[in-house]
Amino acid sequence: MANVITDEIIEYVGILAKLELTGDEKEQAKKDMGRMLDYIDKLGELDTSGTEPMSHVFPVRNVFREDVVTGRDESERILSNAPGQKDNMFMVPRTFD
Amino acid sequence: MSKEYETVIGLEVHVELATRTKIFCGCSTAFGGAPNTHTCPVCTGMPGSLPVLNRQVVEYALAVGLAVNCHVNQLCKFDRKNYFYPDNPQNYQISQLYLPICHDGFVEIETEGGLRRVGIHEIHMEEDAGKLIHDEWEDCSLVDYNRSGVPLIEIVSEPDMRSAPEVIAYLEKLRMIIQYLGASDCKLQEGSMRADVNISVREAGSGKLGTRTEMKNLNSFTAITHAIEGERQRQIDLIEAGGEVIQETRRWDDARGDSYPMRSKEDAQDYRYFPDPDLVPVWISDEWIARVKEREPEFRDRKRQRYREEYDIPEYDIDIITGSKRMADLFEETAALCGQPKKVSNWLMGETLRLLKEKSLDPEDIRFSPENLAKLIGLADRKVINSSVAKEVFQAVFEQDVDPEKYVEEKGLGTVSDEGALRRTIEEVIAGNPQSVEDYRNGKEKAIGFLVGQTMKAMKGKADPAGVNRILRELLQGRPLEQE
Amino acid sequence: MTERAMTKDVKRDGPKDLCALSAAELGRAVRAGETTAVEAMEAVLERIGEREQLYHCYVTVDREGALRRAEKVQKQIEAGELTGPLAGVPVALKDNLCTEGMRTTCASRILENFVPAYTAEAVRLLEQAGAVVIGKTNMDEFAMGSTTETSYYGVTRNPWNPDHVPGGSSGGSAAAVASGECFFALGSDTGGSIRQPASFCGVVGMKPTYGTVSRYGLVAYGSSLDQIGPLTKNVTDCALVLETISAHDPKDSTSLERQDTDFTSALVKDVRGMKIGIPRDYLGEGLDREVREALLAAAEVLRRQGASVEEFDLSLVDYAIPAYYTIAAAEASSNLERFDGIKYGYRAQEAQGLHEMYKMTRSRGFGAEVKRRIMLGSFVLSSGYYDAYYLRALRVKAMIKKAFDEAFARYDLILGPVAPTTAPRLGESLADPLKMYLGDIYTISVNLAGLPGISLPCGRDSRGLPIGLQLIGDCFQEKKLIRAAYTYEQAAGRQAPGGKEEEAHV
Repeated sequence: MANVITDEIIEYVGILAKLELTGDEKEQAKKDMGRMLDYIDKLGELDTSGTEPMSHVFPVRNVFREDVVTGRDESERILSNAPGQKDNMFMVPRTFD
Repeated sequence: MSKEYETVIGLEVHVELATRTKIFCGCSTAFGGAPNTHTCPVCTGMPGSLPVLNRQVVEYALAVGLAVNCHVNQLCKFDRKNYFYPDNPQNYQISQLYLPICHDGFVEIETEGGLRRVGIHEIHMEEDAGKLIHDEWEDCSLVDYNRSGVPLIEIVSEPDMRSAPEVIAYLEKLRMIIQYLGASDCKLQEGSMRADVNISVREAGSGKLGTRTEMKNLNSFTAITHAIEGERQRQIDLIEAGGEVIQETRRWDDARGDSYPMRSKEDAQDYRYFPDPDLVPVWISDEWIARVKEREPEFRDRKRQRYREEYDIPEYDIDIITGSKRMADLFEETAALCGQPKKVSNWLMGETLRLLKEKSLDPEDIRFSPENLAKLIGLADRKVINSSVAKEVFQAVFEQDVDPEKYVEEKGLGTVSDEGALRRTIEEVIAGNPQSVEDYRNGKEKAIGFLVGQTMKAMKGKADPAGVNRILRELLQGRPLEQE
Repeated sequence: MTERAMTKDVKRDGPKDLCALSAAELGRAVRAGETTAVEAMEAVLERIGEREQLYHCYVTVDREGALRRAEKVQKQIEAGELTGPLAGVPVALKDNLCTEGMRTTCASRILENFVPAYTAEAVRLLEQAGAVVIGKTNMDEFAMGSTTETSYYGVTRNPWNPDHVPGGSSGGSAAAVASGECFFALGSDTGGSIRQPASFCGVVGMKPTYGTVSRYGLVAYGSSLDQIGPLTKNVTDCALVLETISAHDPKDSTSLERQDTDFTSALVKDVRGMKIGIPRDYLGEGLDREVREALLAAAEVLRRQGASVEEFDLSLVDYAIPAYYTIAAAEASSNLERFDGIKYGYRAQEAQGLHEMYKMTRSRGFGAEVKRRIMLGSFVLSSGYYDAYYLRALRVKAMIKKAFDEAFARYDLILGPVAPTTAPRLGESLADPLKMYLGDIYTISVNLAGLPGISLPCGRDSRGLPIGLQLIGDCFQEKKLIRAAYTYEQAAGRQAPGGKEEEAHV
């Protein structure tokens, strides 16, 4: 395997993605990610210089809304799925120490 | 001998744009709604919702960019900045990294050493986050997404400033330009303008930049000044003690006069920017740029120059009046209506500023119309009202933009012009105050003032004090005075 | 295989087996007053009652709501307010399409109790046309998978053989159509998620040109690749449904303004002069022999109908999968960040502090495959790797698009397989994710290039499992696809299961 995924990488990606893997999961993830990256490295065979990265297939541009208020108070529905709420707000664990 | 240090400062200024709706949805940007009442599936990150760009945001960002001499990236794109925080409902912020709308501009500021250029590195558009409220009672935090998705531009300067006064001058300059464009009200206290300060120190004469830190939570000019001074000293102390400045973000606590690092180990500071696949690129045509350029207002510097040439008002007044686009517009329009710039300036510099201060308002909050101020000046000129009544009427104009002519008529505030009635009242005052009459006749000139006051009181203020004075003297001396 | 058993309580004066009708046929019967929207819904609910235990096509069946909606629609039909071809026809929706007031889970634990505040635009258009929502179909969690085995709510079984998977990720929708548990369904296709299960379940499935159907209300997986499309019993229904849900939507910035969405006008049995190319690489190594033979036989049918068919070299075939998984995983890692236990869905209640809450919620709320793709996506976007992985993949995407442009300069359509094999046995694929990804080789490049593609049945293998045929068109060429698919369907004399000729249910 050309791509060796270390514990540090898994740890780092876990911080980025807010995922915490168990010991077994971690080993599996290292293996899976290494294999996938080996496979993705196949793209390196191609000479992509001179080709612009394409995010959108169609050259559509300038899709706008006009600056007109269309929203109305739907806070009840917006909050209806919240695991925790108080005073019409979403309740979350303390964000400051 | 201790070394000389130079402070190198660059700013990241966030400005909330004055659009009616948010950047990617039709929710109102109005302040003061109950929590989460200005939200929808888009600005609360509901699954399946999609952003659509508000055209006015591009319009404003472009106007600011052109006004600060920027180059425009005619093809600009939005990118996602990924990081987890509860005020950020999608856990990514839609911003611009790779192709921001504007880059490489500058503004000129006045410093002790004369005019100086501060480079603008770039300007990008992005969405604001929601508000976190800390609930001590429940030991938790509460999130209100009313501000989530409010459009911002971030103006990133080059590290071209060297002192707190220069930073303040730069911010004032930006504020003036942006206010004049109507793109934002730029209120530091209310957070519609926010500055993060990047600061580093280096030995004087060194060409190399030191390691910088980013100071956040600066919501007044004084806080900015304190933070710059505090951080400069902290960095110098560190270096002198043989330590090293580490690149970090620090939160300034103005009450304590101290700062502390903001990030924990749970934050990797790796935002994984990539083009937002939900939004298409913006193409800003030459015509669009020309259109925005054409609408550009006369900015403060030019306006100041013109006032000096056109109006006979003091330099101090010019400074104050042009310090607010609203005030300057009001001044010019009222002066055009009544033809008396000096009087207009007096009303603005006197009563207007007094009432603004009394009500803790900003000149941008002035709501009365030039028509009504012009009418008030006319009424006073024609002596329909006297100066103290004029102040009373002005207060009503200031507060409710009333039509002074109607107001004076309805409230019966006009000066009594019936000389017969005035004479009768004065005769009564003379009869009722023999001592004062005696004093006057004995050469006590001051006594006349008391009698004028008594007459005005009897007339409920609706008399022309000069007229009262004339009739009083006439009656007391038993012969008519020559008409003026 | 053919089963003509009638459901027990079909109205005596109504059609014999309502569930065997296609959507268009049912719509016609409802309009003609031969049956009602309510009868159709009752019949389909009865069918669900009989078969759901075994197949598990649905995550949520909204019985009461469905009947209530059917009654309302019936009244509107009788009042002459609803006259369209889909009025009164029961539909099943993939569970990643938001439905106001109806649970939408994406087959994930993290959205176990999520009830959206709004309805997806495509669903709104269907309801406006009088289609009646039955419920929400099972899928691979967040549409990540090819077998519908990654669902938190259990696997769906293939109605042709319950030991086999229905494909995925829109496996519940495909199986529901195949088993007659709905008259048609909507799915979403990011890398083959409509076409591949359609193929495994012997139904018709189509992914339109990117931007043709609004994505508003589709819970995003890979935003630049996702499209909603129909799963139906035959090509006619497919055209009908696609015509109904295709519209420009100002709420979706990537939605296109098209004037040519009258797709039913392409239901013409005529392929004379049509040039069809078969990529040589699509027939090579890795393709099951029986699938290959069925495919070539289908090509022969089209040739006999007047099309010219030839093999050609489509370049870059081998690069589509790595490019796709880089782009899809990157976009997914960002799209799925919003599932954090704050605004909706599952939250690990006992977590201490914000970051632990995030981590516990997401680690428990997401399944293994979703986590795998989020990790990969976060990695390829991370500092120092962005250019080497993500940007390179976007460049390869541009090259693949160009390869298709060149192909469509010579051919009206591309013909190929949908998947290398017929439906694998349950449990066979998950053991090796990479191998599962390789199974997407024929469908994935269509998403990368934004092209329309249709999958339709073209026979069965020796085990009786359906084989699918894929036709790929240039952007905006859905009508050519529909015409060729319809011509093949008519000429081959074949009908999808659930129809009159064949029945999947055993």
